Amino acid sequence: MSLSVPRYWREIRYRYRLIGERCTRCGGLYYPRRAICPRCGSRELEEYQLSDRGRIVSWTVIRNPPKDYERFAPYVVALVELEDGVKILSQIVDVEPEEVKAGMRVEATFRKIREDGTSGIIEYGYKFRPPIESKQDLS
Amino acid sequence: MRGVSIAGVGLTQVSEHWERSLAELFVEAAVKAVDDAGVEDLEAIYISNSGAPYIQRQLNLGAMMADGLGEAGVPAITIEAGAAGGAVAFQEGVKAVASGLYDRVLVGGVEKVSDATPEEIAVFLSMPEDQEYTAYTGITNFGLNALIYRYYMERFGVRQEDIAMLAVRCHEHAEGCPHAMYPFKLSLERILSSPMEADPIHVLECSGIGDGAAAVIIQPSKGVSGEVEVAGYSTTTDLTHITERPDILTFEAVRRASDKALRMAGISRGDVDVVELHDETTITGIISLEDMGFAEKGKGATLFTGEKLAEERRLHVNTFGGLKARGNPVGATGLYQIVEIVMQLKGEAGRCQVDKPEIGLAQSIGGLASTCAITILRRH
Repeated sequence: MSLSVPRYWREIRYRYRLIGERCTRCGGLYYPRRAICPRCGSRELEEYQLSDRGRIVSWTVIRNPPKDYERFAPYVVALVELEDGVKILSQIVDVEPEEVKAGMRVEATFRKIREDGTSGIIEYGYKFRPPIESKQDLS
Repeated sequence: MRGVSIAGVGLTQVSEHWERSLAELFVEAAVKAVDDAGVEDLEAIYISNSGAPYIQRQLNLGAMMADGLGEAGVPAITIEAGAAGGAVAFQEGVKAVASGLYDRVLVGGVEKVSDATPEEIAVFLSMPEDQEYTAYTGITNFGLNALIYRYYMERFGVRQEDIAMLAVRCHEHAEGCPHAMYPFKLSLERILSSPMEADPIHVLECSGIGDGAAAVIIQPSKGVSGEVEVAGYSTTTDLTHITERPDILTFEAVRRASDKALRMAGISRGDVDVVELHDETTITGIISLEDMGFAEKGKGATLFTGEKLAEERRLHVNTFGGLKARGNPVGATGLYQIVEIVMQLKGEAGRCQVDKPEIGLAQSIGGLASTCAITILRRH
């Protein structure tokens, strides 16, 4: 099935910049974004910038990938708890699967997610990787 | 509301039916159910299927399957709820009969995955999850199971050798089951030395995805001895993203649905003799048993590790092999479970028969338990 341009386009802001939602009534944080807070029922939510750093809670290695992900296999997908407590699912890159551990620190990075053949659109988005420590020195 | 009974059942073997179409599979199971019930003039048909819109590019299964069965003209409705669809469709059919609207309803589940490539099957199996933020990461359904599997072992200090015993037991039960996809024993060693599907889950800990169809005829209860009645049922839902669940090791939908169904049936857990469990992978089955209240949290595997434990508790689990060994024809799976409970309660389970069960419970989940349907049947 070919990838759809509008479907990709409308999520760009939220995937590229890790923008979720915060409930203005109860403070619940959500990713992906929501129209209604599942905890308190409030419809008053505002955009919220997620933390881009966190720790791995659990992980797996996908050996038999779905269509359009074959070129990355085997790849690690983890449940990551960000520093603000929000959890996110993401591929973990720049590390060998054998080196991944529970509690490991990771940071968001911008990567190719999949591509639609040789002439279709290319989707980008977030993946997480072990932090590059020198980043702090540069900032 | 009237009492509802199951008048007839039918199923095909779960297999890779290369030579047969979606409609042919459905008709085989449906004709068997119609003949078993000895009914004519169906008043409505409910169909469960998940993959046809993606795999066969086929919509409008209601009309297609009714026509195939020679029943063009009746109301026919397709229901989809991932791998819980069969049970959800059954419950909708039950409601229609209970309400007095219809007296003879056929509910059938059909799935044909062997028309797709392995990569397409991996896409299909992840379709019950959110496509924008879950499947998007490249995680598969088995991968999601793997996340909770690893976390479960860590939190409760349970060994994989114990969790995987569920698969060993399923294969023991499937031996001699004519409709099972894998009707043979597998040793624990063999299972845990099979290739990784999604670490730490081995390929042989995953349910056997296959083609198949199952059907039942439902009618108002007559109150005669030996009749299999629908005692209680419930379908509930949970947060779809596991990232938002307070505890990833608790299936809230399973807890809610089992509580409600048991209450409706007016029974307690200890009254249940047979459970057909949704063991999409071994860990899904273990957590489901815990959340239905048949085992303490973190202790589900102990139901399968002792030689006689299950017998002592009088609880028989996956008596035809479950999703693991009977097989998992996704949208039809919930109906296989219901047909199997009927076979057990009527004493028609052949080599898989357990000793005089009176109450059976079928548990189906869609997605990573974002939908759970529980159905309780009782022999009158």
